[in-house]
Amino acid sequence: MMSDTSVKFVPEPERYEFSAGPMHHFELARRDFFKFLGAGIAVFAVAKDSLARQETAPTHGFHQEELPKDIAAWLHIGEDGTVTAFTGKVEIGQNIRTSLAQTVADELRVPFESVRMVTADTALTPFDFGTVGSRSMPTMSPQLRRAAAAARDLLVGAAAREWNVAVEGLTAADGKITNPATGRSLRYAELARGKTLAQNLPAEDPVTPPNEWTVAGKPIPKKDGRTFVTGKHQYTPDLRRPSQLYGKVLRPPSFGATLISYDAKAAQAMSGVVIVHDGDFIGAAAGNERDASKALEAIHTEWKEVPQISSKELFSYLKQNATAKSDDRSRRIKGSVEDGLAAAARRLNATYTVAFIAHAPLEPRAAVAEWSDGKLTVWTGSQRPFAVRDELADVFHIAESNVRVIVPDTGSAYGGKHTGDAALEAARLARAAGRPVQVVWTREEEFTWAYFRPAGVMEIKSGIAADGALTAWEFHNYNSGMSAIETPYIVPNQHIEFHSTQCPLRSGSYRGLAATANFFARESHMDELASAAQMDPLDFRLKNLSDPRLSAVLEAAAKSFGWPRKKTQEGQGFGIAGGFEKGGYVATCAEVAVDRSSDAVRVVRVTTAFECGAIVNPDGLRNQVIGANIQGLGGALFEAIEFENGRITNPRFSRYRVPRFRDVPDVEAVLLDRKDFPSAGAGETPITAVAPAVGNAIFNATGIRLRGLPLIPNGLPPTKA
Amino acid sequence: MTKPIELEINYKRYLVSSDPETPLLTALREELGLTGTKYGCGEGQCGACTVLMDGAPRRSCQIPVSAAAKKSITTIEGLERDGQLHPVQQAFLDAGAFQCAYCTSGMIMSSVAFLKANPRPTSAEIIQSLQGNICRCGTHPRVIEAVRQAAMTILELGQG
Repeated sequence: MMSDTSVKFVPEPERYEFSAGPMHHFELARRDFFKFLGAGIAVFAVAKDSLARQETAPTHGFHQEELPKDIAAWLHIGEDGTVTAFTGKVEIGQNIRTSLAQTVADELRVPFESVRMVTADTALTPFDFGTVGSRSMPTMSPQLRRAAAAARDLLVGAAAREWNVAVEGLTAADGKITNPATGRSLRYAELARGKTLAQNLPAEDPVTPPNEWTVAGKPIPKKDGRTFVTGKHQYTPDLRRPSQLYGKVLRPPSFGATLISYDAKAAQAMSGVVIVHDGDFIGAAAGNERDASKALEAIHTEWKEVPQISSKELFSYLKQNATAKSDDRSRRIKGSVEDGLAAAARRLNATYTVAFIAHAPLEPRAAVAEWSDGKLTVWTGSQRPFAVRDELADVFHIAESNVRVIVPDTGSAYGGKHTGDAALEAARLARAAGRPVQVVWTREEEFTWAYFRPAGVMEIKSGIAADGALTAWEFHNYNSGMSAIETPYIVPNQHIEFHSTQCPLRSGSYRGLAATANFFARESHMDELASAAQMDPLDFRLKNLSDPRLSAVLEAAAKSFGWPRKKTQEGQGFGIAGGFEKGGYVATCAEVAVDRSSDAVRVVRVTTAFECGAIVNPDGLRNQVIGANIQGLGGALFEAIEFENGRITNPRFSRYRVPRFRDVPDVEAVLLDRKDFPSAGAGETPITAVAPAVGNAIFNATGIRLRGLPLIPNGLPPTKA
Repeated sequence: MTKPIELEINYKRYLVSSDPETPLLTALREELGLTGTKYGCGEGQCGACTVLMDGAPRRSCQIPVSAAAKKSITTIEGLERDGQLHPVQQAFLDAGAFQCAYCTSGMIMSSVAFLKANPRPTSAEIIQSLQGNICRCGTHPRVIEAVRQAAMTILELGQG
């Protein structure tokens, strides 16, 4: 029985807006490099004017600054020809382990199979801000390509020296350097043999253009796929450290509750149990989860609770608690909305809402923490291993260099695993226990103590001319955020503004951020305007657009879907929506079937066209696009977090409905490969157009305009004529 | 100290000392190190913990370990034979029927049981059979395709 109360434990604070200072661990990794990998050739690609500098925090909406292009990457070519590439990015099901390995293989001119990716290990990989914001492909892929190109040049140079010839004319292909003049060739393995050659190279070499790709651009199956179908892959909850204990955390009865009395005598009398009470943190570790839970049940606590609003009052609460004035960064004004409305032939006002929803990744938050000689190693499923490292160093008052965070390939995240909650809990318990401790959240904890996609209210005032041209667009978003807040349509008079408010629940990133909310409001409203103008919804959008990439996805989705379609059955309806965000262009067409007798709504078909520049892995991309559409149907149709008095009232899959097999329509992904544009990320934007497309289809089927997400938490409202 | 419970898992015998009411899932994962079976919800709603008991699909989070005694239990670790994947595993691999793959063990176990009972399923029957398995990444269409493919392979191999 141990109790450790020496350090004030600070629970993870709310962190919706992230910012991280530059961090540099180049020397540390370099020193350990050959120890870890054995002899060979190592290349550290570093920008000329700075050391490995970190990508700045992603900004959304206005004033978006270009990200620096000088992130370091490193890779190693071993004596057996194995190429090991290092990235701080995390594999969370989005398939970067495969697609980044493809880019390395492509640029280095080696077979895909010879590339191994080391990901998300703070002791081994370059600093990385996090696997967020669809940045892995647009930032990490070029970095690894530059490193691979630099390595290729190094190998060419080594071969030239070996043969005593000039580098000009030597070619790199299929894992070897060849001199076409003599027909001689040397394998990379041979060139790497016996060397411990590490070079810093300027990472500015031109990289292979997409139309010359040979390995990238191909539908290569997921790396290590076999370990997943055999159950052998170890996610964080599957790790077992020697003499590890299982930890449980005592949660307050409601959000914001404070502890007023505590009695752990009975729990402390249990054998083999470690109890920690530190600040507001109470936890137990034991030889199995059950004993840890029993110990927590034996602790007597009293809490002071604070009255809180319920989900029923949510939207009025958000409006009433908006900050009085927003700053210039959250507002954009162009022309005069007043004049635009005065000149309009038709005007429309409408309010849209989106509920809080949960990420509900099937692998809950989990961590294993192990202390050894004052150093801490934590394995955890997080999208931001370096941020978690910093949190741990901060909370436990130890140097960052004494904390190592390793992220095993993780059972998804969807923006929900940015924080280090489970890591802190496991580390706190492990320190008290003097043994490794694993903490795996229950589903109920996951639904309650994680964070949510923020709820929001969007208000739109608009006007159109007699010919359907937009004349005015006033758009206010309360709370959900600024991603995709701007309209892609041509409007001479605009007022667009984000209002922050007090938010009743802990909120954070969710796949697509606020783009889902802002797309829903804008594209629903565009549909209402099209209807008012008696125009086809696609024609109305195209008339108001000048961005050819957006028009192209709208037209591609429409063509594949067969838009405009004639209704052939009672209750049938079609909808369309589109937009762009994070470098990706998306358009979705949806078909619904509404059963008038029961008011049940079924989404029959969804066609999404997506364009994110040059496609790196069409198979992985298709999986992401179709997956985003299906996940998006949950938030579109029925997902909503319900809460009352600081408690989540539906914290289980039996009460929080997510899409299941029977909910899944016929989903088609139309992928536009634009080799003339750099690759953008694809994890998020394909989710954004689903909800408005479905809402518009319901309107088309029934004449009922639904302005809140989820659209049909309890089926369609009673049919009105 | 509770009396050890004897379990037969993947044709091997194990003694577990967990409380009799401990969920089978916990015994598999904590005591026996068979971590291929996943925790997803603890209320039998998501299917990630599906194992076979005497060939029938069961949510191991809902089965007390005492109720698993004297049954033949198969977990994802027990499907491979002599380094050969089960046709359902092979079909999932071929179809790329996963993204994060956390649900995959449960999907495969449910499908193995389903195809034993219904070797020539329609798409609607496949969908119905997997209604209790949650995939949050939205890989459902590929899972359906994998099960369809596995059904054909099993029939060809005469294992149906």
